Amino acid sequence: MIRLEKRPQPSKAWTVATPILAVILTMIFGGIMFGLIGTSPFEAIRTIFWDPLFDPTFAAFSRPQLLVKAGPLILIAIGLSIGFRAGIWNIGAEGQYIMGAIFGAGAGLALYPMESVLILPLMILAGALGGWAWAMIPALLKVKFGTNEILVSLMLVYVAENLLASVSSGILRNPEGMGFPGSRNLAQWSSSQNLELIPNTGMHLGVLTAFIAVILAYVLLTRHIQGFNIRLTGEAPRAAKFAGVSPARTVLFCLGLAGALAGMAGLFEVTGPAGQITIDFGSGYGFTAIIVAFLGRLHPVGILLAGLLMALTYIGGELAQLMLGVPGASIQLFQGMLLFFLLGVDVLTNYRVRFGSGEVRA
Amino acid sequence: MSNSLLSLSGLTKAYPGVVANDDVSFDIREGEIHALLGENGAGKSTLVKMIYGLVKPDSGTMTLRGAPYAPPEPSAARKSGVAMVFQHFSLFDALDVAENVALGMETPPPRRDLARQIREVSETYGLPLDPSRTVGTLSAGERQRVEIIRCLLQNPQLLIMDEPTSVLTPQEVEILFETLRKLKSEGTAILYISHKLEEIRALCDHATILRLGKKVATCTPSETTARAMAEMMIGSSFASPASKHLTPGDVLLRVDNLTMPAPGAFGTPLRGISFELRAGEVLGFGGVAGNGQDELLLALSGERTSPRGTIWVKGADVSRDGPVDRRAAGFLTAPEERLGHAAAPNMSLTENAVLTAGRRQKLVKNGFINWTRADRFAADVIKRFDVRTPGTHVAARALSGGNLQKFVIGREVAQDPDILVVNQPTWGVDAAAAAAIRQALLDLASKGAAILVVSQDLDELLEIADRFGALNEGRLSALRPVADLSIEEIGLMMGGAHDMEVAHVDG
Repeated sequence: MIRLEKRPQPSKAWTVATPILAVILTMIFGGIMFGLIGTSPFEAIRTIFWDPLFDPTFAAFSRPQLLVKAGPLILIAIGLSIGFRAGIWNIGAEGQYIMGAIFGAGAGLALYPMESVLILPLMILAGALGGWAWAMIPALLKVKFGTNEILVSLMLVYVAENLLASVSSGILRNPEGMGFPGSRNLAQWSSSQNLELIPNTGMHLGVLTAFIAVILAYVLLTRHIQGFNIRLTGEAPRAAKFAGVSPARTVLFCLGLAGALAGMAGLFEVTGPAGQITIDFGSGYGFTAIIVAFLGRLHPVGILLAGLLMALTYIGGELAQLMLGVPGASIQLFQGMLLFFLLGVDVLTNYRVRFGSGEVRA
Repeated sequence: MSNSLLSLSGLTKAYPGVVANDDVSFDIREGEIHALLGENGAGKSTLVKMIYGLVKPDSGTMTLRGAPYAPPEPSAARKSGVAMVFQHFSLFDALDVAENVALGMETPPPRRDLARQIREVSETYGLPLDPSRTVGTLSAGERQRVEIIRCLLQNPQLLIMDEPTSVLTPQEVEILFETLRKLKSEGTAILYISHKLEEIRALCDHATILRLGKKVATCTPSETTARAMAEMMIGSSFASPASKHLTPGDVLLRVDNLTMPAPGAFGTPLRGISFELRAGEVLGFGGVAGNGQDELLLALSGERTSPRGTIWVKGADVSRDGPVDRRAAGFLTAPEERLGHAAAPNMSLTENAVLTAGRRQKLVKNGFINWTRADRFAADVIKRFDVRTPGTHVAARALSGGNLQKFVIGREVAQDPDILVVNQPTWGVDAAAAAAIRQALLDLASKGAAILVVSQDLDELLEIADRFGALNEGRLSALRPVADLSIEEIGLMMGGAHDMEVAHVDG
């Protein structure tokens, strides 16, 4: 018989070891899955994890992609993780990401074709505002009427997607685009373009912002009373009320911050890698960031590493689809396994596994 | 009378890092009330769990009426005639009494028969209880009767009772004792676990005293003084708190007609509570659990804000202020529930120190936490209040209940409040630590602080309070000086009278 025994306090060693164990288990079971669909497991794992970084043919293209993909994931996940620490479950980052892109692009395009160094900063602010405002909808509904933020924020993703479709063929459509849906290309307008800061690294302004967000989140959570209050709210809501933390203000802060960061991520994407507002601008970063946040143990540094790992599975997954012809669904399944194992082995942090029968417990 | 019913021989049970019971042997005779006495952590619970089949001993044997007895699970213990009333009830609020009793039986009889049996037992043993009442509407004393009747329906030979009087008014205690004496006269043995020495002296025939898992003494309680038993329990003599009666000073806290609706379905509304608390004074509020204690604490701490003009600190209206502002004004509180309310279970003691002391101890500056100062403050509390823990980095949930209690009370006392409100300050704390906590409260009062102690332990209130009031269904009785109060008067103040009538059949 296998029993779980609660540890007197969470194990520090397992907190670090569980993500690594989860990755190893994902490789094993993912490998079995690839074997079952007729692909060599070793080749599949190598194509996903090794080739994007070290294969001479692909690395030149793949390596910069790593930061391009990891940047928005990390930026969004940092915002989400702070809410998750407080037990506030914002599932709608994808919608906030889209709204940030629409607001930011809209603010910029309103000034087209003016040239000014102030336009990009203005667009970043507008992007943050758009994401923030979209997140304030579930926040205010929760505070005023006690609605469930999980449902409301998730529903608003679909609203945002429809808005995206509407503006791409409506008010934001490129007047010189010969009737095709989609805005002007913001990456090609010098006032709005978000270029690589260092050539061929993928390091653009959004990635830099993500790294700064990691540092600030770390300081917030470990040094600042607001971060302490957020952790306290998540650990023991009644103790937080006793300490004097206002639950309403915590909800507004956490959702607002996550929304603003997701909105900024959307703006950096639309002015850089994506280039324009199109119907298929929403790329699922907002949902994948949830996995990244948990894979990183809701810890800023963990999220940094998790974002890079997740980006690697994206790029490697695409490479595997291209080179080995595995179906796209198998890559999503692979990523799903990662979250599954991560949450599963998490139990080891707080519990000890004992084999053999013990006495009956009350 | 002198036949041995259950004899324990060399019972030993070790958990990782601690020996809960070490070679414990004693006999319980038929028809006796046997007290099991010991501090928290002395091993009483483990011993009882072994008898009731919840825990298997590592070594040692038990014999019941001469036959080997080793119940693998509680149902086997019940079949052998051993029943237990736990300290914490396992009842469903939404079900009625008969349904709750049926849930605890292996093969419940049809409802009509069961209701009749419940009425019979309740009449025979003087435990008034209506089988069709919803448990959510019962007082703590009545809930306990449900548990007792559930046990008595199985005709036990040995009834184990774990701290049964902690939730009862003095009158309810008398009713319970009558029931237990009647059971004894019918030949049922009772193993009675308590740390209330006067009760044991009044009720029990023999007492076995445990300390650190070992049997250290046996005595005949009626022939032993309470103090002698207490000293056997803790293995040394201890100082009783010395009260320094000062003339009370200015009014520091004034509560004026505080009325609030109940916070939840089974909560208690507060009804027109008014009192004044002066510098240097210790005020004690008694009452059976669930009569508005928790609700009053929430209103005083600022977790629930009350209508304007109801709570005044040093002449300023703080009714609409939250906990942070009240603490800044020198008004501190300590709630009853240690884990999850007074302290965050998974956070370290240092972090838990920041929880209430951030502002007053200047642990937070410009929004940033000074962890060095916080750690020093936590270490200071640990040292001053003798909290047994490896260090300030330990998570709150790793501390034993009594040690965490010392920490959460110490955390408030160490902040030198002007007004301190504590709920159940010594609940679950051993005798020596309880004395230390009471002494700390009295010292604080003698320095000019105003103290309100809410407690269900009447002995505690009589020992340290200057004035006494009782909460009953959200109302506060008139406040009386403790010096001229008798236990009977206190019982009436606690409003126990409403369920004092004798058992009535068929209502």
